[in-house]
Amino acid sequence: MEKFSGKIWVLGDDIDTDIIIPTEYLALKTVNDMAPYAFSPLRPELASQIQKGDIIVAGKNFGCGSSREQAPEIIKALGIKCVIAKSFARIFFRNAINNGLLLIENDALRGAVSEGDEITVTINEAIEHKGISYPITSLPENLVDIIQAGGLVKAMRRLNGLD
Amino acid sequence: MGMTIAEKIIAAAAGVSEVKPGDIHTVELDRMMSNDGTTHLTIDMYNQLKDPHIADAKKLVWIVDHNVPCDSVKTAASHKKMRDFAKEHSIQFYEGAGVCHQVMMENHVTSGELIFGADSHTCAYGAVGAFGTGVGCTDYLYAMVTGKSWLLVPETLRFNLKGKLNEGVYARDLILSIIGMIGANGANYMAMEFGGEGLKTLNMSDRIAICNLCVEAGAKTALMEIDEITLAYLKEHGRAPKHCFQSDDDAVFAHVYDIDLSTIKPIVAKPHFVDSVVDAKECVGTHIDEAFLGSCNNGRIEDLRVGAELIKGRKVHPLVRFLVVPASAEVYRQALSEGIIDTFMEAGAIVMNPNCSVCWGSCQGVIGENEVLISTGTRNFKGRAGHKDSFVYLASAATVTASAVKGEIATADMI
Repeated sequence: MEKFSGKIWVLGDDIDTDIIIPTEYLALKTVNDMAPYAFSPLRPELASQIQKGDIIVAGKNFGCGSSREQAPEIIKALGIKCVIAKSFARIFFRNAINNGLLLIENDALRGAVSEGDEITVTINEAIEHKGISYPITSLPENLVDIIQAGGLVKAMRRLNGLD
Repeated sequence: MGMTIAEKIIAAAAGVSEVKPGDIHTVELDRMMSNDGTTHLTIDMYNQLKDPHIADAKKLVWIVDHNVPCDSVKTAASHKKMRDFAKEHSIQFYEGAGVCHQVMMENHVTSGELIFGADSHTCAYGAVGAFGTGVGCTDYLYAMVTGKSWLLVPETLRFNLKGKLNEGVYARDLILSIIGMIGANGANYMAMEFGGEGLKTLNMSDRIAICNLCVEAGAKTALMEIDEITLAYLKEHGRAPKHCFQSDDDAVFAHVYDIDLSTIKPIVAKPHFVDSVVDAKECVGTHIDEAFLGSCNNGRIEDLRVGAELIKGRKVHPLVRFLVVPASAEVYRQALSEGIIDTFMEAGAIVMNPNCSVCWGSCQGVIGENEVLISTGTRNFKGRAGHKDSFVYLASAATVTASAVKGEIATADMI
């Protein structure tokens, strides 16, 4: 299974979709135009600090609120490789997979990490942090396929021989 | 093994005799609603598909409600895209008719249906015993082109209601109390089912308010038991139920809560979380700049009547903007015929056309830095109604109206 390492950004509980992308920026033309405003009500500087390959580690109920699909799209556009949280709100969970953003549920990691730490993720196996391994539950193969294709529409295009 | 209402609807939509929590089923959808929040994105993705087609355009309902009337050139372009596509593909299209969920309840939803809505508050449809669930625009697209989707069968939390709400206490206070009790993710991935003798004391407007807000506890859907009030509502709107499912006696619930309605008090949810609820009395005296009466949660005729009765003969506080936004054109016209709109305007309220308005912080009544709003809207997230450093309190129509008069948070008995 794919393995990757990244620097982490640590967020709290109930990171809602209006925090991820406030309504006033939804009218911008593309998710790349919106991305600089991601998380701005909470941490205005965060979007500019995130680098490609970074990982978000958050508390419970990440992505609660609106069904706006721009939320996972923007996190992906920032270059975030995956979001690890104690739990995810259900609409966000589906939207993230449909947009090719990997999500991992893990209860224990959040309490053990500090911002800036590096972790290593092996998809469907474990997260490594400072010599400790945190097992993670498997996503079904078809969902991993959708994530690796970059989302449901891209997976369908690939299936239909368009890409 | 017995099944819950949610399980029975999924079983029927999947064409199987039994389902249990944790199963994943492919389901046939009865209806698919989308609004101007994300429909333009759905259309863009649709155009990337190979030989795209719509499985059954009769099942689609598209509603422009988030930015009505249009507030910018960019919004005009996305509305036009939606309008043109709907016309080309013969999709039922509403514009200016009201907030999507209210329009759906007035015109489309019936008991036993399985409905996807590209909006989180789609769970409102459980008021008539329909399984409504919010999805993003990619899930919507898949449903639109195949007529189907997949669903994980949720566990069900059962709420047995007994007794009756006291005078001056509303369904909104009840559901905010429940969200406070179970938490903002207390029903994550789950269905919330409501029944019991107490349900019979709640009218359809109350039931919509309760089901609509269940997503703020993380719920996948909310479902009310079907009774004579449900059937009368459907009949009045010219519709027949598809199925009249009730939970079996031996249905398995993840948890059962017994709630005595007479113990519920006026509630306020403080910034910035819907589950951050307190007795409204604890917030009395909090300065406000704006008050909002409206939204799919609390903008029906019953809510406007509560506000109008309180404000009749009084004035909106001179330092407060009080925005009143009927949830639909039907509600607006009813309010006009009852003299309610005149009462609000006489008091100095700003009455707007039906739309999502202040609740989603885009086109109307946006609040500025450090400003405070008291609202009957759905959410009080940080920055939800405008500036990132602003504050939203959620409360009932009565508390919001009383606060608009006092210029600070107040309960109805204080004016």
